[in-house]
Amino acid sequence: MAKEYLTIREIVGPLVLVEEVSGATYDELVELELPDGEIRRGKVLEVDEDKALVQLFEGSSGVDVFGSRVRFLGKGIELSVSMDLLGRVFDGLGRPIDGGPRILPEKRLDINGTPINPYARDYPSEFIQTGISAIDGLNTLVRGQKLPIFSGAGLPHPQIAAQIARQAKVLGEEEEFAVVFGAMGITFEESDYFISDFRRTGAIDRAALFINLADDPAIERLATPRMAFTAAEYLAFDKGMHVLVILSDMTNYCEALREVSAARKEVPGRRGYPGYLYTDLASMYERAGRIKGRQGSITLMTILTMPEDDKTHPIPDLTGYITEGQIILSRQIHKKGIYPPIDVLPSLSRLKDKGIGEGKTREDHSDVFNQLFAAYARGKEAQELAVILGEAALSETDKLFFTFADRFELEYVQQGEDEDRTIAETLNLGWSLLRMLPAAELKRIRPEFIEKYLKEDAH
Amino acid sequence: MKEGRIIKVSGPLVVALGMDEAKMYNVVRVGEKKLIGEVIELRGDRASIQVYEETGGLGPGEPVFDTGEPLSVELGPGLIQSIYDGIQRPLDMIRKKVGDHITRGIDIPALDRKKKWKFGPSIKEGNKVSPGDIIGTVQETSVVVHKIMVPPGIDGVVEEVKEGEFTIEETIAEIKTDSGIREIKMLQRWPVRRERPCREKLPPCIPLITGQRIIDAFFPVAKGGTACVPGPFGSGKTVILHQFAKWSDAEIVIYVGCGERGNEMTDVLMEFPELDDPRTGEKLIKRTVLIANTSNMPVAAREASIYTGITIAEYFRDMGYSVALMADSTSRWAEALREISGRLEEMPGEEGYPAYLPTRAAQFYERAGRVKCLGGNNREGALSVLGAVSPPGGDLSDPVVQATLKVVQVFWSLEDWLAYERHFPAINWLNSYSLYIDNLREYFRKEAGEDWAEMRREAMAILQKEAELKEIARLVGVDALSVEDRLTLETAKSIREDFLHQNAFHEVDTYTSFAKQYRMLKVIRLFHSQAEEALQRGVDFKELTSLPVREEIARARYITEDKLETFDAVEQKIAAQMKEVKGASVSA
Repeated sequence: MAKEYLTIREIVGPLVLVEEVSGATYDELVELELPDGEIRRGKVLEVDEDKALVQLFEGSSGVDVFGSRVRFLGKGIELSVSMDLLGRVFDGLGRPIDGGPRILPEKRLDINGTPINPYARDYPSEFIQTGISAIDGLNTLVRGQKLPIFSGAGLPHPQIAAQIARQAKVLGEEEEFAVVFGAMGITFEESDYFISDFRRTGAIDRAALFINLADDPAIERLATPRMAFTAAEYLAFDKGMHVLVILSDMTNYCEALREVSAARKEVPGRRGYPGYLYTDLASMYERAGRIKGRQGSITLMTILTMPEDDKTHPIPDLTGYITEGQIILSRQIHKKGIYPPIDVLPSLSRLKDKGIGEGKTREDHSDVFNQLFAAYARGKEAQELAVILGEAALSETDKLFFTFADRFELEYVQQGEDEDRTIAETLNLGWSLLRMLPAAELKRIRPEFIEKYLKEDAH
Repeated sequence: MKEGRIIKVSGPLVVALGMDEAKMYNVVRVGEKKLIGEVIELRGDRASIQVYEETGGLGPGEPVFDTGEPLSVELGPGLIQSIYDGIQRPLDMIRKKVGDHITRGIDIPALDRKKKWKFGPSIKEGNKVSPGDIIGTVQETSVVVHKIMVPPGIDGVVEEVKEGEFTIEETIAEIKTDSGIREIKMLQRWPVRRERPCREKLPPCIPLITGQRIIDAFFPVAKGGTACVPGPFGSGKTVILHQFAKWSDAEIVIYVGCGERGNEMTDVLMEFPELDDPRTGEKLIKRTVLIANTSNMPVAAREASIYTGITIAEYFRDMGYSVALMADSTSRWAEALREISGRLEEMPGEEGYPAYLPTRAAQFYERAGRVKCLGGNNREGALSVLGAVSPPGGDLSDPVVQATLKVVQVFWSLEDWLAYERHFPAINWLNSYSLYIDNLREYFRKEAGEDWAEMRREAMAILQKEAELKEIARLVGVDALSVEDRLTLETAKSIREDFLHQNAFHEVDTYTSFAKQYRMLKVIRLFHSQAEEALQRGVDFKELTSLPVREEIARARYITEDKLETFDAVEQKIAAQMKEVKGASVSA
């Protein structure tokens, strides 16, 4: 039985200072027992001689200085894992909330994990078909990639995430696939949307959900994504499954981190977020990937809402530096009634070059996407120009690009929530749009592909 | 050795008492797990230690052992083709020993102790040697000859020198010095935070040819020079550094992945053993040392990683090689500095970065340079340093960018709007600069031709003019401009799209020799000057810009290096087609 301490001295926000402690270690798990027997969990943030600073995950309301007992458990926070994780719903700290039994653990894993040796990594190169043209054609996702969705309040990011979770597949392979969903501070409605969508499509049987809702303790959110990754690592690297981790909404996570940092009176970085925000996010996100010689993989899709749609806000900014690209949703496109409202110009998938081309998608993929981008960018430029000077001032070619940009949004980007386009359909759609431009303008496409694909009328 | 006791643990920072014998920057072993740490502050017998491994589970009362040595790297045969973490632990050996994830307290020497290297001496008994003299060589890979040098501090007469196969710990020579016989081994050590000495520094005067057109032609960096690439995420910093690591004509490449993505290091690891070096025909990995401290690895080791990298780089420079070091990204290094500084409760400077950030950045970049090496035969070595910076939101007023710009000579400004247009490399041609242009003028004059400087100046002027004209065109429309101005716009577009834009993933376009760059720019210029003349003759502007040869100028990038004579044909076609439009206009 661990020693119990009745020596709480200070409670500030989610932080508790315990004195006259011996043997406490950094980052270990702490249990705090309230006078009424309720147990709260926390972790040691700092030990200084006989003082231990403890961060409580469930918040400090109801904790008192004199009556509460503290126990140091001598281990990190752990998650019990087994194949029974699939099909279950847990709270943000990994306790079942779906009325089902506790997980009979095959093993218990420290939720912080250990870094993958860069030498052991395998490069992500298998194309994942999401069935969404704006992603497959232009921002291709590959297995083991970290690709966030930068969204804004009120944009349909849950629908897109659910559509991807539903449709994602690797061509020509039937392998075990699982979804781990981590929700941090999202509303009941949003969480319910995911759960019922997963139930409706049967995806729930191969999913594990960790849910911290908006009215759950904010600090608990700091553990939730780590729970999700620990489950994902087990499924991917122990059980050889291909795991898609969806985290929503990381903005809430970062705000909880800021809350703890502020309570500790740390020197703040930009906008009050702690200077170690990058490291903190990276130490989680980098758990995604592939490992040489192991079958499974972890693909990460995090969703974050950009405060005021500002991409330079520290949260999207630092995320963008860690992830391998980003998919940006645009309010303007959304207002035009286009679903999914993906703004393809600032969106990017860094790993696409390894996942496309002959043998993966099709030989012309790279050239077609370069050309579509260039043409759409030029069309947008022409549209801006037309706003200032009037459409009449545009040259004939610019007018073509002007129309191209509109058609591109309406025909290529726009699709139905249940519409699952194959990669060939997406590529051919690209060609059919490019046909409206003069061949001389298609500078980014190799002549042999123009020869082969442009002139064919129907595929 | 006396041992201290931990009294405080806060993230990567540990405070210990009883450390009265410790010196600043000594390496210590922390706790029962013997984690590696470094003393960064001393107050009485109280030492603050930054720990290079995760500190979870560490608590007050655990011991701290002083090793009495500063943080050092091992130097000797076996460095090339290695992949190390931030404190030079070999990641491939770690994987062999503990599996796919990195655990704590691993102790594996950086260089293989068992491997025998064939050592051929280049000195004889009785020779007088001083520090830096080469006593022999080892063929380390098929392209790198590893030169074994007399370590600093040893001066005397060769008593014995051996030949044959040795491990790095076996004695290969004995030197009689004033203080007795000193044994020389292939393995040497050097503290990472101390610059390796050289005889003198020289001004750089030869460009580091990278095969990247906007860099070699417009903003070149010299061998022994410094450059920085700041840019927001997604603007292609890493691709640019990878391109340098692949194609630059340095003899040794040190690539430091400092707090960046694991997959990027994997990319290098998978690709370099496959790619051919255009100069040697051998695989690129055979001249490369990789240092990978990815963003999920401990933050303090990230701080050390760039020093580990540059010390290894200096060692090869001392052999007389041209070395290029790429650090991606120095912002993560600065953030590590900030995190430790915050935990030390130091007074913060801008954005929470410590006030000594500019000094540290300067110290790092100043280790670059073209030098006369220590030792005989007047060797010259060069160490070029290229650092990526990741400013928040792409904002160049970021303290790390500003601290860097104060010391580096070349600035490649990456911009996201260029990246959105898929103009890569997304280097802004208007506000980037290279302060080496004057140093390199003589070289370019000789290598490229008398007219190179003029061509470069003209091209830059056209791009500058384009920016001004675009402003006007935005207000009054392109049609309101004179035909001469419209031609300038067309030529600027051609320079941008046909010359500056370069596809790193296209097999031919990824590397352009300087000779080809010269020819490419020359045809654009030729078209421009001939078109100017034609306009004066009254040729119709539309007809001029729709000449079929323009298509060929646009595709000149795909001309392979062995078919540069194709450019002659393009030049002739320009002349011929210009004549034809002349006819057309006369008849009209």
